[in-house]
Amino acid sequence: MTYVKPSFRHPDLPKNDLGFTKKDYEGAISTLCGGCGHDSISGSITQACFEMSIAPHRLAKLSGIGCSSKTPTYFLGNSHGFNSVHGRMPSVATGANLANRDLIYMGVSGDGDTASIGMGQFVHAVRRNLNVVYIVMNNGCYGLTKGQDSATADVGSISKNGMNQFQAIDLPALALELGASFVARSFSGDKTQLIPLIKAAISHHGFALIDVISPCVTFNNNTGSTKAYDYVREHITTADVVDYVPPGEEITMDYPEGTSADLTLHDGSMLQLTKLAPNWDPRDKLAAMQRIYMSRAKQEILTGLLYIDPNTQDLHDLIGTVATPLNELLEEDLCPGNAVLEEINRGLR
Amino acid sequence: MRPTDITDPEYFHKVVDCQYACPAHTPVPEYIRLIAAERYTEAYMVNWESNVFPGVLGRTCDRPCEPACRRGRVDEEPVAICRLKRVAADNKGDVQAWLPEIPLIKNGKKVALIGGGPASLTVARDLAPQGYEIHLFDEQIAGGGMMRSQIPSFRLPESVLNEEVNFVLDMGIHTHFKTYVSSLHEVLNQGYDAVFIGTGAPKGRDLNIPGREEGKANIHIGIEWLASVAFEHTAKIGKKVIVLGGGNTAMDCCRTSRRLGGDEVKVVVRSPFAEMKASPWEKEDAQHEDIPILDNHVPKEFVVENGRLVGMRFEKVKAVYDEKGKRSLVPTGEPLVYIEADDVLIAIGQENTFPWIERDLGLEFDNWGMPVVSRKTFQSTLDQVFFGGDAAFGPENVITAVAQGHHAAVSIDLYCQGKDVQVRPSPLTNLVSQKMGIHEWTYDSIVVNDDRYKVPHAEKQKTLRDRKVEVELGFAKDTGFKEAQRCLNCDAQTVFYTNRCIECDACVDICPTSCITFTDNGEEDDLRTRLNAPALNLSQDLYVSDLLPQTKRVMVKDEDVCLHCGLCAERCPTAAWDMQKFLYSTSKASNVCGVLQL
Ligand SMILES: Cc1cc2nc3c(=O)[nH]c(=O)nc-3n(C[C@H](O)[C@H](O)[C@H](O)COP(=O)(O)OP(=O)(O)OC[C@H]3O[C@@H](n4cnc5c(N)ncnc54)[C@H](O)[C@@H]3O)c2cc1C
Ligand SMILES: Cc1ncc(C[n+]2csc(CCOP(=O)(O)OP(=O)(O)O)c2C)c(N)n1
Ligand code: SF4
Ligand code: SF4
Ligand code: SF4
Ligand SMILES: [Mg+2]
Repeated sequence: MTYVKPSFRHPDLPKNDLGFTKKDYEGAISTLCGGCGHDSISGSITQACFEMSIAPHRLAKLSGIGCSSKTPTYFLGNSHGFNSVHGRMPSVATGANLANRDLIYMGVSGDGDTASIGMGQFVHAVRRNLNVVYIVMNNGCYGLTKGQDSATADVGSISKNGMNQFQAIDLPALALELGASFVARSFSGDKTQLIPLIKAAISHHGFALIDVISPCVTFNNNTGSTKAYDYVREHITTADVVDYVPPGEEITMDYPEGTSADLTLHDGSMLQLTKLAPNWDPRDKLAAMQRIYMSRAKQEILTGLLYIDPNTQDLHDLIGTVATPLNELLEEDLCPGNAVLEEINRGLR
Repeated sequence: MRPTDITDPEYFHKVVDCQYACPAHTPVPEYIRLIAAERYTEAYMVNWESNVFPGVLGRTCDRPCEPACRRGRVDEEPVAICRLKRVAADNKGDVQAWLPEIPLIKNGKKVALIGGGPASLTVARDLAPQGYEIHLFDEQIAGGGMMRSQIPSFRLPESVLNEEVNFVLDMGIHTHFKTYVSSLHEVLNQGYDAVFIGTGAPKGRDLNIPGREEGKANIHIGIEWLASVAFEHTAKIGKKVIVLGGGNTAMDCCRTSRRLGGDEVKVVVRSPFAEMKASPWEKEDAQHEDIPILDNHVPKEFVVENGRLVGMRFEKVKAVYDEKGKRSLVPTGEPLVYIEADDVLIAIGQENTFPWIERDLGLEFDNWGMPVVSRKTFQSTLDQVFFGGDAAFGPENVITAVAQGHHAAVSIDLYCQGKDVQVRPSPLTNLVSQKMGIHEWTYDSIVVNDDRYKVPHAEKQKTLRDRKVEVELGFAKDTGFKEAQRCLNCDAQTVFYTNRCIECDACVDICPTSCITFTDNGEEDDLRTRLNAPALNLSQDLYVSDLLPQTKRVMVKDEDVCLHCGLCAERCPTAAWDMQKFLYSTSKASNVCGVLQL
């Protein structure tokens, strides 16, 4: 009887700039079903944060309810975390972000948590351009409650509970419509694509959605499901290959004219995009919309970085909050004294 | 790379590092689990089947298995494999029922064994159950060879040795003790179908420097002196003793001297301390008994006054290495060092000698005076004569003598049955799933974090007073259990079924030691650089699958630091991984007991 993860690790594990190994970014052993796509996404988050040398205490994980929302327990065990109520992660994230704008916020949700009960919250977090990474572990069903169809299940997709007849919500398309500044789609089974996307999302200043197709092996990995491993692998297409270049490092890869685009992000990191379709610019929202619709019509699953606006203003910029995290404000800052009060009052007279 | 052929018995055998490193390929994890299950008798028999002297080896083995132990690659220290063997031996019950039956009606073939050490006894053990009539000759008063004459009682009690020697001799072996064989020619004329020579490397090297002749009354050859102590011809030594040499014989000489009246015993060795041949634990034990080890001292002369040895002079040197790493000992130029001594023991090496083998029999010897022997069959150039143990290729150790005895017995059996000795029978192997439930295996797959446990020692005052008091006490049952739990069960193999894999990455994500990678295939050198953790240990294989059904990549597992924790198999939704127990038993002349079929 096991179910205890040994504490030994590979003796030659590489160390990052902080002197940490990947072990320092792991969490508790997963209790999800073996083979669940969500675990791979946890693995990708762990790897991305390790490679970016993020100090674990500088990051907060936020989630709602669902198998997907349980995953923050299984990665970044040394970071902050808040497991909130079903569908309410966006408002908790908003509150946390307003209180301390200096942390990195990693929001993790499911398709049920986001596209059903949490839809009202999700759309407002997007339109406010809240500075969070928002990962949807999208399996087209409510895994935790035994696999009922979710609002992202495709019309005609068959799960263990039967065939879905209702129109699917396409979260990237919706996010684009609502003004999201970073929109990507990926697949849990493709870490080479997902890890750079997570890094880019962390570096992005503003709302960064990554919709990750993540098969539920237990309830939705059957023949006829459009979210099964084999179906996804057969229908996946890639818009662009993202190469993440951390701040201070140089781009080394050379590409022929017109096939690649370099973007500089808020924190100085660079994205080198190798475009798989000519004349495709991920900053062109209209083109992104069009490509999403076109691939859907062809029953293709379009993945990669679909849209980015590297120079947006996030919620703090928009409403002009104080630059210091609230917990660092001193009494002098909060109570500047009678003279300042007088000054304000004078302005109101 | 081409997909790994796991039907090749050597592939998984190599994964069981300890068993692979053991010259006799003892199924180590199998007996360690039996110890943990308190099935000491079966644990003992698993050993006995392979190495014939579990009680002896559990105390004295050179333990090549331990440096090989996988645990040593992830943890500070390997499993105390050798001392666990002793736990089985100390706690075993009656083994009579397990011992092979010896046929009353013989097979008509007669074999002579010259020498009664572990090599010959192994040949006897393997051939007797097949009905061979076996005659064993030794000049000593009892069987055991150097296990009796050289290994001191404080490391190996006589009762332990006697029991295990007798398990063999009681198989109806015709023993001829106190019989020195002075002519092979004569033996060959006595109508034996085959002759096995296991006479060891019986000659101690001498040191001919000034004063050797004059001081000879108090200068002794180490192995001759140890034998004379063992057979109770010598019971005392002077107060001040110098032991020359840095090997295990020197360690036994100095420690024995401490027990026979030597108060100031010093080991003096030419090489630097770190390069001494003695095992680290032997050096430790000697130092613990207040014996200083003076390194970098080259003996120059024995100093004799009034016809009596009074001391020795040494030249101080330092080790210098050339660009090829070759060492030379260069004098430091300091004045010679004088050390007082009442007695000196020379323990600077052993040699083979075969004065009793005539050189005109057709049995070839090489330029170094060693018989020409096949490393595969142990046959000499005289078809009916076989060699094994220290006599075959020079001094080694007990477990090597046993392993060679097994090979020689196979050859003798083939030869006597008129078969080709080159065609060796294949090893016995078996691979069986250990799954009992989703998170349940037949073995304790949890990897414990415990550090290696220390074997308790008897009090020094007590052991130094009597050379027959055993120093090591052995693990108590409960510590033995805890040490047994440190074993990683390397024989629980990770077996991969390519066509079941859906490439969900569950195994990759759970694997604590980052052994598993799914990637595009390539040549080995290239693949080793593209894995999830660097695969730098080239002595460990990569397990490579066929092309995977969905992405046409391959699964590559670096066997190096796999903990055999079974988590990959527990997390796999399609049972593409399974933990399967791999049993490997070298072929022997007879399947002596059915213990491995448990
Ligand atoms: C001091 C010392 C300590 C050692 N300690 C260890 C240890 O801790 N662990 C370990 O594994 N190994 C140890 N060894 C090595 C080990 O004892 C030998 O490698 C092993 O015993 C070799 O076995 P064998 O069967 O080849 O021959 P041996 O054990 O040497 O047996 C040969 C026998 O043949 C007899 N013989 C020789 N010639 C004739 C003849 N012409 N006629 C009749 N009989 C003859 C000899 O009397 C002897 O009994 C030690 C060796 C020495 C010297
Ligand atoms: C307020 C509330 N309503 C309903 C539930 C029951 N419930 C728990 S998880 C879940 C759906 C989760 O689906 P999803 O977010 O897709 O997560 P998954 O398990 O598929 O990863 C539901 C409906 C709940 N916990 N709380
Ligand atoms: S039920 Fe589905 S989503 Fe939940 S852990 Fe199992 S496989 Fe993953
Ligand atoms: S048994 Fe499997 S999970 Fe455990 S260390 Fe080995 S490969 Fe990794
Ligand atoms: S867990 Fe099983 S199915 Fe999943 S990738 Fe590993 S071997 Fe393949
Ligand atoms: Mg879901």
